[in-house]
Amino acid sequence: MKNFIAFLLILFSAHTFSADVVKLDRAPVDLSDKDSLQRGARNFINYCLNCHSASYMRYNQLLDIGLSEEVIKNNLLFTANKVGENMTIAMANKDAEAWFGHAPPNLSVTARSRGADWIYSYLRGYYRDKTRDLGWNNKVYPNSAMPHILWQLQGENSYDMDSGELTLIKAGTLSVKEYDQFVGDITNFMVYLSEPHQEKRKKLGYYVIAFLLVLLVLTVFLKREYWKNIK
Amino acid sequence: MAIDTKNSKTGFVSWVDERFPLSSFIKNHLTQYYAPKNFNFWYFFGALALFVFVMQILTGIFLTMHYKPDASQAFESVEYIMRDVSFGWLIRYMHSTGASLFFVVIYLHMFRALIYGSYKNPRELLWLFGVLIFLLLMAEAFFGYLLPWGQMSYWGAQVIVNLFATIPFIGPDLAEWVRGDYLISDATLNRFFAFHVIALPLALAGLVFLHLVALHEVGSNNPDGIEIKKTKDKKTGIPLDGIPFHPYYTVKDLMGLTVFLIIFAAIIFFAPEMNGYFLEANNFIPADPLVTPSHIAPVWYFTPFYSILRAVPPILNSQFPGVAAMGLSVIILFFVPWLDRSKVRSVRYKGPLFKKWIAIFVVSFFVLGYLGTVPSNIWGQFSSVIPLIGGTDVATIVARIFTILYFAFFLLMPFYSKKDQTKPVPKRVTMR
Repeated sequence: MKNFIAFLLILFSAHTFSADVVKLDRAPVDLSDKDSLQRGARNFINYCLNCHSASYMRYNQLLDIGLSEEVIKNNLLFTANKVGENMTIAMANKDAEAWFGHAPPNLSVTARSRGADWIYSYLRGYYRDKTRDLGWNNKVYPNSAMPHILWQLQGENSYDMDSGELTLIKAGTLSVKEYDQFVGDITNFMVYLSEPHQEKRKKLGYYVIAFLLVLLVLTVFLKREYWKNIK
Repeated sequence: MAIDTKNSKTGFVSWVDERFPLSSFIKNHLTQYYAPKNFNFWYFFGALALFVFVMQILTGIFLTMHYKPDASQAFESVEYIMRDVSFGWLIRYMHSTGASLFFVVIYLHMFRALIYGSYKNPRELLWLFGVLIFLLLMAEAFFGYLLPWGQMSYWGAQVIVNLFATIPFIGPDLAEWVRGDYLISDATLNRFFAFHVIALPLALAGLVFLHLVALHEVGSNNPDGIEIKKTKDKKTGIPLDGIPFHPYYTVKDLMGLTVFLIIFAAIIFFAPEMNGYFLEANNFIPADPLVTPSHIAPVWYFTPFYSILRAVPPILNSQFPGVAAMGLSVIILFFVPWLDRSKVRSVRYKGPLFKKWIAIFVVSFFVLGYLGTVPSNIWGQFSSVIPLIGGTDVATIVARIFTILYFAFFLLMPFYSKKDQTKPVPKRVTMR
């Protein structure tokens, strides 16, 4: 039986995503960091939520990360009138397809399909490429349809295909460290956005398992009491 | 007055008993249903399977209240459950984790029957009902997996339904009939929903009932494979090695259930995606008929059979042999009671041959299961200088070897089980 369990563990740990060609950087995800989540919400709503929707999410869900309804209403509500509305955008999918060739995807659960590291690396992976229509390319997602929305913040990079390294050729308004944090906050927020109840889930999990452990002690004693005469 | 005051039963129970066999049912199936006293670890999984079945039905009812079986709303409605329905995330994770654990429990339950010979005379029908339950459970899981309408749902269903298209002559028409369209679409989603929430659960409930009726008719087997009904107390007629199911096994199963719930809760609350095994990353992208994912793999519980499908090479440009082999890999379970020619039931008294073969079977099942989760080029290709297999994927050849071993376990069973040196079986069960 022990061997069997060990075998199962090996089996489960062997899962790899072979599709990743580029090595991804580790995203600084910390859902207990409310400041980071709030900055991330601000960055996300200002920069992403113009073309991308996050329509499975409601604005007032953001009460979770320490924002008040007042703050949401006054600072974040660009695309809706009431805090109970979903995070939609004004652009219709049909128009988006005509303009960009491909509608910008809904970002509600992107952190679960792509993973946080992918988002973090992707947003930091843009470089100048004259061969592309919009002048930008991305090392994580080559020939991505999205232009570099954050270029004024990050500046411009060049890309060395052989070493896989990006080099800053024109500084942006943020330093490299500040930009990493800016993108890190967005990533952190998108992880929260992909499953708003996940912190609550883990917290509840400790109570449930603690309860079950107590129950286990009781059921073990109950079983022993009944079985003491069975030989 | 007609009320019998000497009777220990309350008036209400005797009122019911005159109209419905309540007390006699409790006696016959719980308090005076005698089960062997030597059940071990492997005997928890039948009761656990029943528990998971009930839980899937209950959580399923609540999911159905909020889910929309409509191609344009299905994905969104699942996210609605995850975000806006009170504790919807919990119910959904219970259901998705429950599906995977259902298979864990069922596989262990079936393995128990294999090692202790619980399919042998007089329990053949009990086994047949069980295999039928397993078959329907696979269908139930398959239909359910389409409902979230993610990319894996969609393309997984596409692959499986296309299997029907490989059947000679009627295939393409049959696949179209199953889909209700030329491709997986809203029509397919609606009929899969109907099968998932009513047709199959109803059939499963009926079969579980028959499985239990058959079990209580013949009585449980046990790790020694000894028929406890053969040695009864002369005065009472109660099997000497039997103990009443209630309270002994109810309290024991309660203990097993608690351990199971701890594992279950650990997954639900801390790893509901189980690293992509229970909920796949690609399934968080809404279904898109125009974009095929680079790697389509079924959920882990189908992967041993999927591996067999991929391992069998096409013959005359037809994939049907692979499909037939996959079907056969499950269907062959029905024949086990007649393939086993051993004089004894339990692995404890079977000889070294059986032990070797069951080990080979378990290893094959796991290797095939693992290979089914990864692309077939995972281990690279054989060098082209090697004759016959040069240039072929290493993993494909490995899958072929283990496919042969998987079938050999069953097909050679009549020979090795007959030839095997069995040990003498004691008269009474042993407690170890």
